[in-house]
Amino acid sequence: MVAITTELRDQLRLRRSADTSGQIFRGLLMLALLVAFASLLAMILTALTRSWPILSDRPLDFLFSNTSQNPDEAGVFQGIKGSVMLAAISSLVAFPVGIGGAIYLEEYAGDSRFSRLVQVLVRNLAGVPSIVYGLLGLAIFVQNLGGITGGRSVISGGLTLACLVLPVVIITTQEAIRAVPSELRQAGYGIGATQWEVIRSVVLPSAAPGILTGTVLSVARAVGEAAPILVVGAVSGFFQTGTLSFLEQTQSFFTALPMQIFAFTKQPAQTWGAHAAGASVAILLVVVALNSVAIWMRARLDQKLRK
Amino acid sequence: MSSIDAGASVRPEARNPVPDTPAVDNASSDDPSSKDSASAANPGAAGATGSSVFEVSDVSVYYSDFRAVTNVDLTINDNEITAFIGPSGCGKSTMLRTFNRMNDLIEGARMTGTLEYHGVDLYHEDVDPVAVRRRIGMVFQKPNPFPKSIYDNIAFGPRIAGTNENMDDIVERSLRGAGLWEEVKDRLKTSALGLSGGQQQRLCIARATAVNPDVLLMDEPCSALDPIATGRIEELMLEMKQDYTIVIVTHNMQQAARVSDRTAFFTAELDPNTDQRTGLLVEYDQTTTIFSQPADERTENYITGRFG
Repeated sequence: MVAITTELRDQLRLRRSADTSGQIFRGLLMLALLVAFASLLAMILTALTRSWPILSDRPLDFLFSNTSQNPDEAGVFQGIKGSVMLAAISSLVAFPVGIGGAIYLEEYAGDSRFSRLVQVLVRNLAGVPSIVYGLLGLAIFVQNLGGITGGRSVISGGLTLACLVLPVVIITTQEAIRAVPSELRQAGYGIGATQWEVIRSVVLPSAAPGILTGTVLSVARAVGEAAPILVVGAVSGFFQTGTLSFLEQTQSFFTALPMQIFAFTKQPAQTWGAHAAGASVAILLVVVALNSVAIWMRARLDQKLRK
Repeated sequence: MSSIDAGASVRPEARNPVPDTPAVDNASSDDPSSKDSASAANPGAAGATGSSVFEVSDVSVYYSDFRAVTNVDLTINDNEITAFIGPSGCGKSTMLRTFNRMNDLIEGARMTGTLEYHGVDLYHEDVDPVAVRRRIGMVFQKPNPFPKSIYDNIAFGPRIAGTNENMDDIVERSLRGAGLWEEVKDRLKTSALGLSGGQQQRLCIARATAVNPDVLLMDEPCSALDPIATGRIEELMLEMKQDYTIVIVTHNMQQAARVSDRTAFFTAELDPNTDQRTGLLVEYDQTTTIFSQPADERTENYITGRFG
């Protein structure tokens, strides 16, 4: 009896060394997370310390002043304005088109050769470098459609960014639609809903939080892109305001935060280094603001759906 | 529709199917369109009473090249509960889904034979599957309420159907009919996902009845529920048979014996022509007959637990 108990106790003994590979893997995973977190933290700290001379001296003045030749007066307000307008224009164009295209692909297109071809193209387009989109924007929006867009204008820039995010919007929307449980669709059809009623009243409300998050994140990413708007013609430090009407403003020269960062870094670092870093902080603020809106809207939708 | 009192037990008088009434003349008594020699016994015609809702003649359902169920002949009667039992893969759910054309939603699914609903060919090209599903409601295996409020779940069907009736009345009537009103009347505007599994399934039944269907198809409605919730649903089905014709697929033979008037036993057998397993209807009769003196040996083996 005693022998059996001893044997059992031995079998049940906690072996800390037994799961070595599991422990190692866990350590590696934690390391990966740390690397990601540390690089993000380093980036933010660098931007903050480098821009400290300006941000400590005149934070609001820097954010709300126009560009100037004088380092003590120069600010990024026009860049913020340009970036916000680019985000707005690209969202207005890319969201309806992309979400609409995704709904068609998921719900109506079926499994035809054509839909598979489109699917492959969309996935590939999502991986095309952003500067290629810049060239596309230059050819189409600046040159061919220059009469409407005003050539090198914020509209051309916004439309170019819309093309850039379109594949990502389509893919994330498709994923969100696919994640809607088939039981819910069946429930809709089972009551006698038409396909459109099922899509409108069952599928889209359930997919909305996922669609929203994915699409806003993609626009937030695009707002930071410098290459395409550089090609399309963002001018460093120039955004006509004042006497021009809103429509005229959208059709004339523009700048945006990535463009300004680029311009500042080309200047002597002793006087303009802090400006480049300060503009980076500004773009972080814009992106964080966009993401916050997305998170807030998602939370609201979730609450509405699962109160 | 009377409200349902609390208590999970099944009413004893309803345990047994109604006494057999003299056979009325009925188109199903011998189906002349049945060409298949294998169905010579014509199990579908057994003991028909009352007026028929569905006349199934020589129906086979295919998923692309796979024949899921073969040459079924069957008559479903008005205001009765008909149970489909049989082992997994015998085609009973597939058969159920032909009644409201839910199989249309599956790519590659097609049907041969004829299926008449009150004399109308359900698969005629002029028949709109959406209109069919408004008259022939469905309750699924897993409770599937929409992620909306309890109220909006019930109102969904009437809204898309465009009703003139007061929505509050529809919601109350449907929830009372499903025995859920007393439990949820104070929280109609809260999410249906906050309900228990059994409550969710009764909500789904209420949602299906809110559009005043004629038939309710139930695909293993209790398989995700505990015995108490199952008892509530069974009790509810017996109440609802006054107003609806119910067809239920169940894996639970006791359930079929408790609630159904008629039972169809399906099984899956190897089709020598295609070398694939295909579902077929073995025997269809009064539930008491199926469970006391089945005519077919396969039925007896199944209900006595020798296979399946």
